[in-house]
Amino acid sequence: MELTINGKKRQVDAAPDTPLLWVIREELGLTGTKYGCGAAQCGACTVLADGRPIRSCVMPVSSVANQAITTIEGIEEDPVGRRVVEAWVEHQVPQCGYCQSGQVLTATALLKQSARPGEAEIAAAMVNLCRCGTYNAIADAMQQLAKG
Amino acid sequence: MMPMNMPQLPESLPTDGQPLNLSRRRFMGASLGALVLGVLLPGKVVRAVQSVASETKPGARIPAFLEIRPDGTALLRSPFVEGGQGIYTAFAQIVGEELDIAPERFSVECAPPGADYLLVNGARFTGGSFSVRSSYEVMRRLGASARHMLLQAAAAKLEVPLDSLATQPGIVVHEASGRTLGHGELAALAAELSPPEQVPLREKKDFRWIGKPVPRLDARDKSTGKVTYNIDLEVDGMLLAAVQHAPRMGGEPEAIANEAEVRAMPGVHSIHRLPGAVAVVAQRWWQARRAVESLKISWKEAAPGTPHAMPADFSSAGMRAALAAAPGPGIAAEEIGDAARALKQASRVIEATYDAPYLAHGQLEPPSAIARWNADGTLELWLPNQAPELFQQAAAKAAGIAPEQIILHSSPLGGFFGRHFLYGTANPFPQAIQLAKAVGRPVKLIWSREEEFLRDALRPMGLARFRAGIDENGLPQALYAEAVGESPTERWFGRQPDKANKSAVEGIARKPYAIPNRRVAQVYLEHPPTIGYWRSVGHSMNDFFYESFLDEVADAGQQDPYALRLRLLADKPRHKALLQAVAELSGGWKRGPFTAGDGSQRARGVAMASPFGIRQRGRHHRRGVHRGRFGGGSRCLGGLRPRQHRQPRHRRGPGEVRRGARAFVHPA
Ligand code: FES
Ligand code: FES
Repeated sequence: MELTINGKKRQVDAAPDTPLLWVIREELGLTGTKYGCGAAQCGACTVLADGRPIRSCVMPVSSVANQAITTIEGIEEDPVGRRVVEAWVEHQVPQCGYCQSGQVLTATALLKQSARPGEAEIAAAMVNLCRCGTYNAIADAMQQLAKG
Repeated sequence: MMPMNMPQLPESLPTDGQPLNLSRRRFMGASLGALVLGVLLPGKVVRAVQSVASETKPGARIPAFLEIRPDGTALLRSPFVEGGQGIYTAFAQIVGEELDIAPERFSVECAPPGADYLLVNGARFTGGSFSVRSSYEVMRRLGASARHMLLQAAAAKLEVPLDSLATQPGIVVHEASGRTLGHGELAALAAELSPPEQVPLREKKDFRWIGKPVPRLDARDKSTGKVTYNIDLEVDGMLLAAVQHAPRMGGEPEAIANEAEVRAMPGVHSIHRLPGAVAVVAQRWWQARRAVESLKISWKEAAPGTPHAMPADFSSAGMRAALAAAPGPGIAAEEIGDAARALKQASRVIEATYDAPYLAHGQLEPPSAIARWNADGTLELWLPNQAPELFQQAAAKAAGIAPEQIILHSSPLGGFFGRHFLYGTANPFPQAIQLAKAVGRPVKLIWSREEEFLRDALRPMGLARFRAGIDENGLPQALYAEAVGESPTERWFGRQPDKANKSAVEGIARKPYAIPNRRVAQVYLEHPPTIGYWRSVGHSMNDFFYESFLDEVADAGQQDPYALRLRLLADKPRHKALLQAVAELSGGWKRGPFTAGDGSQRARGVAMASPFGIRQRGRHHRRGVHRGRFGGGSRCLGGLRPRQHRQPRHRRGPGEVRRGARAFVHPA
């Protein structure tokens, strides 16, 4: 099966119903995408498929074969992604950091879809769990990013 | 071929014929050819550090902690593990301040087991808000001593007197001649000198980094997915394992109905019966997990007398009832005056029972462990932990070898909150050790989230009964409290039957309020589930119980909760000043409900806690408006659902904020 990951075509050998998360982590060795719950609950495994955030832990790899996948490893190749990372650093968002790949990708997807999202839009999109409680710092970073 | 997780790792690193710990890539990459204070070869670093039976006292042997590289960057081996609390940055600030190297020039990793790192009363653990407090002086001295050695080296090299030299960040300066030498250029020479006996520390007024906001060293790497957690590590030739535990603790696998079928599933290497679990080892974790979950296992009930076997009829509701019914008076932890008599004399007595549920740690990184038996008889382990030496000991026991034969690696933790102490069956590493031995290859075991929730060591369900006697002026004259249950300390370090356990009553006993007659006791009742330390331990529920009950006391006596607290702190000037400062900083005490500047309806509560000697007070704001997930203060007491009995008039406290509403603590 052929996948497009961070702009590169990659051949993978995996059962079609393998969750994308495990193909990314185990076949491609890209461990920036995290396993948190495996049940579409936490968002740690978020990647972008054609720009939309998806929870890769429940997404069969065969269903994204024709889509462009962006993982955290590719985030800085995207101008919006770069801005998000800068805002994350400026606002010192990460604590343990484990949820942050998913947070950064979710934020990037939102801003690509809506350059200046309002507070409600931000709250509706930024729903990934953070056990460390970085929500306030994420809110601050998002507020700054939403100013364009 | 297994893909390499870290393609950027140079392939020419010396490996001693052993696969590398890939988590150390940055350190190893930068150390190539480095002349460091003490330790030279990256492939041997870990064993060199571990094998030194240090005669010196912990914190004194500089090379165990510090390497300065030719480019002037530094590697610091931290006695404490990073898990989001920022300790790596804190030590870069502290050591960097004295060493005169800017914090951002440091890379920090968790030190391996070793006598050098036993800085917490002769032991080591990351917890109890204790890392900086236990090691601040020692780490400053370490930095200052290393700086002194750099100065000595520079004096020799430039042939000038030592006192004609000074340092600036990263360099030694000879002002008279304008010559400078980089710390990195001096490190090799400095390494040959012996550390000074006495060394002056920097004046507080000259601090540039200690006590100043400094960006976290790992913020960028954590924002770009570059930090490697234990779950991300890979060693050459490893297999992956997943487990299915007995549904109830104590159960053992009996028969597997479809073993042959599952063994034939894609990628499956082998199936293993373990104590209380069945494991599948496979080429990939996903294959192992899918296979282990396909197993049709029948479980044998626990043999009678199995310690901590989970009774078949156990339920949280049943346990709550048992805690509530456990008779007092228990063992006193605090007794002042005569609470029983004062209660009798009170013009009014109110009482309430509070409880909090069993709670999993819920750290976002599921636990994992990699075990590799090496050809020389050593066992190498990569596992999340808050206490390397304790895990080394326990692993040695599990493996049946000497502790010196265990090589232990500690990666940054994807959250911990008390999860990664030694909790018997709650730690995956004994399974990994057993599996690696059985298959003769390195094995990485990951517990699925489901298995993690099943076998985590939970915060014990808490229950406390309160009675207060209020006088005719509405002031509390007596407090009688019983905390019912068992604390993690009693479970893991032994119970003293004639003593109330500190963590069982912390947050209720020894509060600073001047209530003249007090009795606080523990009523011991064992918990069937595995219990463990959970962020701030007893305080995480007890302070909430106590402070909420104090609000009820205030209410019953028709007192303002803030004014009553101030009054009860009349002879505690520091507490009082702090409480007043908090009120002031949040714009003055206002109980509410009131309309805020933005038109929203608000109310405020006040509470204070002093977990582990740290004073925290806050005013808890609640807004009636929904703010989604945002605004969740990290210091609010979360996860509690107190139940009120006989006290219908109850104000909602910070921990029982409904979903969608928010509790704030404004840090003073
Ligand atoms: S791991 Fe996919 S949502 Fe939690
Ligand atoms: S930073 Fe730790 S879970 Fe979000």
